[in-house]
Amino acid sequence: MAVVNQQEVEQVAFLARLALAEAEAAKLASQLDQILQYVQQLQAIPTDEVKPTSHVLALSNITRPDQRQPCVPPEDVLRLAPERHNQFFKVPKIIE
Amino acid sequence: MDYEPVIGLEVHVQLATASKLFCGCPAAFGASPNSQTCPVCLGLPGTLPVLNQRAFEWGVKVALAFDCQLACVMKFDRKHYFYPDLPKGFQISQYDQPLSQHGHLDIALGPSTKRIGITRIHMEEDAGKLLHDPVQPASYVDFNRAGVPLLEIVSDPDVRSPEEAYQYLLDLKAVLGYLKVSTCNMEEGSLRCDANISLRQVGTTAFGAKIEIKNLNSFKAVKAALDHEVHRQTSLLQQGGTLAQQTRLWDAKAEATELMRTKEEASDYRYFPEPDLVPFVIDQALVERIRRELPELPAQRCARLAKAYGVSPYDAQVLTQHPSLAELFEGALRLYPHPKPVANWVMGEFLGYLNANGKEPDEVQLRPEWLAHLLEAIDKGTISGTMAKELFVDVLAHQRDPNVLIEERGLRQIVDEAALNQLAEAVIAGHPESVKDYQKGKANALMYLVGQCMRHSDGKANPRQVTEVLKKKLETA
Amino acid sequence: MSESLCRLPIHQLRQAIERGTCDPRELVHQLLDHITQRNPSLSAYMTVDPERLKRQLEERVQHGPRGRLFGIPITVKDNLCVTGEETTCASRMLTGFRPPYSATVIERLRAEGAIIIPRANMDEFAFGSSTETSHFGPTKNPRDPERVPGGSSGGSAAAVASDLALGALGTDTGGSIRQPAAFCGVVGLKPTYGRVSRYGLIAFASSLDQIGPITKDVTDCALLLSVIAGHDPKDSTSAPTKVDDYVGGLSPSLQGVRIGLPAFSDKGLDEMVRERVGEALKTLWRLGARPVEVALPHIDQSIATYYIIATAEASSNLARYDGVQYGYRAQEGKGQGARGEGEGSRSPKPTAQNALIAMYQRTRQEGFGEEAKRRIILGTYVLSRGYYDAYYLKGLKVRTLIKQGFDEAFKRCDVIVMPTSPTAAFRLGEKLDDPLQMYLSDIYTISANLAGVPAVSVPCGFTSNDQPVGLQLLANTFEEAKLLQVAYAYEQSTEWHHRKPVISEQ
Repeated sequence: MAVVNQQEVEQVAFLARLALAEAEAAKLASQLDQILQYVQQLQAIPTDEVKPTSHVLALSNITRPDQRQPCVPPEDVLRLAPERHNQFFKVPKIIE
Repeated sequence: MDYEPVIGLEVHVQLATASKLFCGCPAAFGASPNSQTCPVCLGLPGTLPVLNQRAFEWGVKVALAFDCQLACVMKFDRKHYFYPDLPKGFQISQYDQPLSQHGHLDIALGPSTKRIGITRIHMEEDAGKLLHDPVQPASYVDFNRAGVPLLEIVSDPDVRSPEEAYQYLLDLKAVLGYLKVSTCNMEEGSLRCDANISLRQVGTTAFGAKIEIKNLNSFKAVKAALDHEVHRQTSLLQQGGTLAQQTRLWDAKAEATELMRTKEEASDYRYFPEPDLVPFVIDQALVERIRRELPELPAQRCARLAKAYGVSPYDAQVLTQHPSLAELFEGALRLYPHPKPVANWVMGEFLGYLNANGKEPDEVQLRPEWLAHLLEAIDKGTISGTMAKELFVDVLAHQRDPNVLIEERGLRQIVDEAALNQLAEAVIAGHPESVKDYQKGKANALMYLVGQCMRHSDGKANPRQVTEVLKKKLETA
Repeated sequence: MSESLCRLPIHQLRQAIERGTCDPRELVHQLLDHITQRNPSLSAYMTVDPERLKRQLEERVQHGPRGRLFGIPITVKDNLCVTGEETTCASRMLTGFRPPYSATVIERLRAEGAIIIPRANMDEFAFGSSTETSHFGPTKNPRDPERVPGGSSGGSAAAVASDLALGALGTDTGGSIRQPAAFCGVVGLKPTYGRVSRYGLIAFASSLDQIGPITKDVTDCALLLSVIAGHDPKDSTSAPTKVDDYVGGLSPSLQGVRIGLPAFSDKGLDEMVRERVGEALKTLWRLGARPVEVALPHIDQSIATYYIIATAEASSNLARYDGVQYGYRAQEGKGQGARGEGEGSRSPKPTAQNALIAMYQRTRQEGFGEEAKRRIILGTYVLSRGYYDAYYLKGLKVRTLIKQGFDEAFKRCDVIVMPTSPTAAFRLGEKLDDPLQMYLSDIYTISANLAGVPAVSVPCGFTSNDQPVGLQLLANTFEEAKLLQVAYAYEQSTEWHHRKPVISEQ
């Protein structure tokens, strides 16, 4: 039985702001299903008593002092922009 | 059927640290667009966040001030959504191990207080700001604000009326002001508020559909929007309608809320632990150190003022709303130990001046000694009460000691017996008709002669003394 | 010594430069000749700008610090930011992106006098095991242009193997340094997580990524590691642990060293790879090491665990590529009428932000390649509401078990030995259409990333059709010195590292 169908893939693609062509969505759905079927093997491992590991290092409380550092000249980053308007980054209009 | 509102408030407060939450850019307001940015707060590829120690400690301080339980270990999580003001496609926030939970704030309701629960206080980074072109189909992004440290303070749904919501915000702001961790300026966005409200039948305990309200730019807007929602939802329910979970925007001009999104459109933020930051242990030593640094908070100070100086609970409440008011009150009392007139001047003249000028208490300097000198001058009769009120405005406007202004302007009242005798004699000599009228028993005549004395002295004669002197001279004439 | 400067390892060149018998200018000019001749067929570099490199050479030779890498050209993978140099992760998405900052490792290399050759080819955003997903086309294996160089640091490994760089930096999230090193017959090391600063490394999976050296021999590997290792205040996950003397600690003796031999599934393990690894073990016993059997529980589940965690983090790290601040943005009004775009799709309907959402969707559709999209979708799926616990949280818990397995194993042994890859280099296109098969080829390398332990791949012989095989050694966290010492002892008793690919002998 399929773990994931094309409609779910399309919903996830929307969450990720990825447009998918019809054929692309269908192909991805079947590949994703194959991968997720494979990943199901983890369900057999008992982990109720196991704590999750999101960091392998035993580090904690890494901070920096509240000190100002030089900023980057706006021009250095604005020149990277696909579109700009004076000293702003420009995007298609957002209506709230 | 009667309905009661169930209200919760979500406050975002910017911390006034020198640098941003995860990089060394200044966190200040008002710089030219994108001039307070660096690769880290712009989220450029490959850059990494490092937590600001002071922001962390201030977070702990605020949590303690609201009696929250601090996490033993807090961590940061990524909250994902796409928006042009969000440089990384996620916000570094806190999800299931926030800084603190389960606190409370006792708000003033008339002579008593009501306890409002604080669900949680967590740390996160601010987003940038969007400007919309009025003509072109374009929006513009300024990332100066991106990465400024924020605390999100979420209340329990304990608030039962728009008035309570308003008071909660006032008292919450007072606490933050005392802690000196934020400028708490709503116009500049260093304090922001979202509200959520549902209605339920009086006597029931279940919650109704929650309506979230955004775009609330002042405490008054919060109250107005909640008033509007209570009204809108009540009439909807009374007409047999039903409510569904929504987010609505407050339109201050129209004085109404409008639909922004429904529950079906609600986001899936895909929180997961921020792998670029390590966990933060909040140990007892840190907590105790910060607890010792906590200043006296508004509620404590309010109780102390009432007890120590015998001011009314209401006066004490007003005086402790902002730390600089209470400091002014107590500072002036050290030089001029009469609580009642000091309180009256702080709450009457000073607050009146601030309201008239749209200023916050810490935006206008009034040194305690200036107020004390002014009150002393009235008591000594150096100036009249009326003169004092006029002078007070000048003290604030010119930032000068009233004693200096009195001298410079020659405002000192004439209280010298000899000078007053001379003045009275001259006026009596110049107005024989009035003297006759007085002797005939016309009471108005004395008033007229006092007026003439004031005129001749450019208003500097002490009116009470001048009346006495005139009377004496007229009796013996 | 004029003809073959580029063929020498760094440690020998360094001595020659210090003695004055080698001029770095000659070295770089020779290298540029090699690059001009060989790179067009190899594509180890996406682009090379000889004039720019010559200018850098002059600046470095005249003003650069006379450090441990003075005048030595080192190439870096295209996901390491170099100030002012195009850094694209081999993606259309980052075309034209020239960061105004350098990665900490780049600064460390420069502080020792190195000359940086940017733009070593790679799988797009390091998503792959063959360097075939590069937007700029695949890199060829220097030993057989019909085969892949491995990936994702395929350009770095191929450049070092074919003498187009003296050494290289790659990045390793699930084997991306070690597997291409094995496929190209060179040495590649993934350090302990936290040993090398990740600042300026364009992230794939932040909790797994590490930068490491790819070199001609173990001594060079130790040298480069000692240059790039160490604490960096810009990286919260950078360890303050002391950096050992990696070069000074190299010795040929393995007396008393305990080699852990784990039991694992050998499904898909190539017979010739098994034989070469078996022979390598005999060499280790001959040098004085002794075998210890160790268990690495759940090692067989490491791929499933890895692909949950790595794709989840990748989907998040790639969310910033939205066409707003830098890189690629799809042109307005040039939509491909794709599903899920704006209105008219079955996806949740955006209300009032159509132009913006369409810009995001098309930018990401056009800017990302197929594998990137696959991983973004998979990663988004495992983090989404309702699936988090079943996939992501489960993955983090199994990761704990895998890590605990290593902790236990290293109580009993000094170094664990495994093959680097179940096969030698495969043919171009062989696995490109079967993502799961491609993922399964990472079976032996992935667990080191999940556990955060250091691992190195050293050449251990060839298959019958002359493809190199890699021997993988793993040590406990921050025990790179021990790891390198074992690798060195093994290398010094073999000749594999002297066997150059045919292409560089033309």
